[in-house]
Amino acid sequence: MTTLTDPPQESFRLSMLINDTRYRSLTFQAIAAIVLALAIWYLGNNLLQNLRAAGLNIAYDFLGDPAGYDINQRLIEYDSRSSHARAAIVGILNTLLVAFLACVTATVFGVIAGVLRLSNNWLVRKLMSFYVEIFRNIPVLIWIIIIFTIMTAVMPAPRAFRGDEPEASMLLGLFAFTNRGVYIPAPVWGPGSMVVVATFIASIIGVIGYRRYATKLLYDTGKLLPMGWPSLAIFFLPTILMFYIMGRPIGLDIPELGGFNFRGGIQVGAPLIALWFALSIYTGAFIAENVRAGIQAVSKGQTEAASALGLRPGRVMNLVVLPQALRVIIPPLISQYLNITKNSSLAIAVGYADITATLGGITLNQTGRAIECVLLLMLFYLTISLLISAVMNVYNNAVKLKER
Amino acid sequence: MSDTHAHSVAFVRTSEIPAAPPPYAATGPVKWMRENLFATPANGLLTIAALYVIWVVLAGTMPWIANGIWNTESLAQCREVLDGAVGACFSVLTERWNQLLFGFKYPPEYYWRPMLALLLFFVAAAPVLFFDLPRKLLIVTALFPFAAYWLIWGGTILTPLVALAGFAAGAAVYQRLVAGSFAMGFFGAIIAAFIVWTVGGWLIPASASQNALLGAVPSRDLGGFMLNMMLGVTCVSLSVPLGIALALGRQSNMPLIKWICVIFIEFIRGVPLITLLFVASVMLSYFFPPESTLDLFLRVVIMITMFSSAYIAEVIRGGLAALPKGQYEAADSLGLDYAQAMRLIILPQALKISIPGIVNIAVGLFKDTTLVSVIGMFDIVGMIRGPILASTEWNGVYWELLGFASVLFFIVCYGISQYSQWLERRLATDHR
Repeated sequence: MTTLTDPPQESFRLSMLINDTRYRSLTFQAIAAIVLALAIWYLGNNLLQNLRAAGLNIAYDFLGDPAGYDINQRLIEYDSRSSHARAAIVGILNTLLVAFLACVTATVFGVIAGVLRLSNNWLVRKLMSFYVEIFRNIPVLIWIIIIFTIMTAVMPAPRAFRGDEPEASMLLGLFAFTNRGVYIPAPVWGPGSMVVVATFIASIIGVIGYRRYATKLLYDTGKLLPMGWPSLAIFFLPTILMFYIMGRPIGLDIPELGGFNFRGGIQVGAPLIALWFALSIYTGAFIAENVRAGIQAVSKGQTEAASALGLRPGRVMNLVVLPQALRVIIPPLISQYLNITKNSSLAIAVGYADITATLGGITLNQTGRAIECVLLLMLFYLTISLLISAVMNVYNNAVKLKER
Repeated sequence: MSDTHAHSVAFVRTSEIPAAPPPYAATGPVKWMRENLFATPANGLLTIAALYVIWVVLAGTMPWIANGIWNTESLAQCREVLDGAVGACFSVLTERWNQLLFGFKYPPEYYWRPMLALLLFFVAAAPVLFFDLPRKLLIVTALFPFAAYWLIWGGTILTPLVALAGFAAGAAVYQRLVAGSFAMGFFGAIIAAFIVWTVGGWLIPASASQNALLGAVPSRDLGGFMLNMMLGVTCVSLSVPLGIALALGRQSNMPLIKWICVIFIEFIRGVPLITLLFVASVMLSYFFPPESTLDLFLRVVIMITMFSSAYIAEVIRGGLAALPKGQYEAADSLGLDYAQAMRLIILPQALKISIPGIVNIAVGLFKDTTLVSVIGMFDIVGMIRGPILASTEWNGVYWELLGFASVLFFIVCYGISQYSQWLERRLATDHR
């Protein structure tokens, strides 16, 4: 026989707020809410008082005023009469430019160094671990300054290129490394060049299509089509043919020495080069470690199983090791990209006009709008970080191991 | 069969002959070189390329270092001595040694004080870093922050004493109340410490004598590598407890606390340290009463601590997530409450897993202390780019100075990471 008794209805006592786990979390949250509210009230109140005392208010209309300063390195039209907002946009574009360039080269450096660290050549292995340790253990700011110093203090001045027996000469006759930056040839788009570009894009699509078709044929019928040389042919031949058919519409504007400086071509300023190169080699060392760890994370049994199935070494790498290693490599790689973007704010140390240097530097100092400028700056970086982490989450979900 | 065979063979050797020595090319250095340097033609090419790189680097730097001049007064003199030969002017290091280490405003007669603080730091850090040392040394560790503060900043000894008294009162209250519940002990300790500090804050100005034992040094006079070390040590040691609290808060099942922690961590991790330093230098003073004058050093410490605590919180969260669920359940089934379970079972294991990550953050943070030069503090990079390179004597000595700073950072950071690897091996309790 069972006796069903209702649990005794406890009356609520005040001590239950601390001793009863059901209510205790409410107590703690209430305390936290009160402390938070008090802190916000205290800080906000101080802010209002300080602003009133200084005769300031929070307003963003200064962004429409003329900036009154020049920016050398810019991707869009800008002059000193443009507004602060436009200066900020120039800065944003510059940040994105250097971050993009550095991400690409850092990946190249990192992958090469990471793979070479696993080489069975002792000397190369040691050399690469030397590279990784040296660059990981010295602050990136010092690297930026070192490379900036190389760019400005060691490179020859443009006048060194002058004369019959110049002290310096251009690399391949195309690139000039001077202490005012690097001059590179600029493409000149003649009439009909769009056709060539369109052909190039079409041939890329063609290569992808051909490879898809060959893979499908292999899976369906077991017939193996050659992959390597047809891809190369589709990639290059139509574009080259079209280039000559249209009468060579794309030319190069090669920088030339005129007066005291180089004319023509594109000038890539020393600050950009310093920031780009320093971020690349610094972050490359970190990426090398990620790549090495990722490749080592694939268990040896996988390689052995693949060779036991009769796959050749190249295929073992492409079909078995890399797909599994990439799953480990890519998440830290993306957070390294995020680090590059955030570290690009060090541009202010070498005078590269990124968003930190324009909005957070000159605009802030000229207008005295510290709070607004710093808030906008943080908002920009937060947006970028959240975007990159969103990409990372999408990727992680896509490659997640499907567990049964 | 075998019998007949035995009869048909005239002689069978009864003992094994000794193994022949391996061929010359399969032993010793030759074998090693064949396997490790010239295994394939491509590999041999790589070796030659690597040798060439090493040769270029050494040929570029070695004569420069070997011909270094250590005892001139200025760059012009140094160039005179070198007389056109390749060589470094290391004399900038000897001449500006104190500036590089202490900044250009720290009173020279007080240089012994930061040096003593550094020595004490090694004694204080030793028992934390190496468990085999006598535990009594931890007393030095507990007293070190107050002693170091007094040594470096000087001024009245009452300030660190009151701070110490506050901690002591907090610890006493905690000991008394923790038997009841951890929360009571914890909050009681905080309240007790604040009471002592408030009372002490009233008493100090009244009772401090005018001529203190150690002369006061304003914190804007700190500089050089000392500033990097101070920022690094202070911010790392402050941000570890804060990071643990944030990580636990993020795992909490109280929504309000969880969301405060999540927003804080994600916000801090989303912005670069430079912007936070801008906040420290231009914005933070707006948020405090007009009469309070938080000096820049303190503001920077606050911001860097917040910055690194968010990163450490994420590392520790990883450690907490890596623990098997059975550990949490085992703690519950033993009847431990939240604080006990965390202190006795979860955190010791989670922190052990997180050590490499925390050390990475610490190394990164120490390197990032150079960023304070951007907001006009004279740390070692600020000293090099500011007063030293701008002086007429040393205008143009880039490589010696930047190389020196790099070597200092390399030694410290490489040392820390080697220590962390040793610690990982030491703490490994699994049998792999």
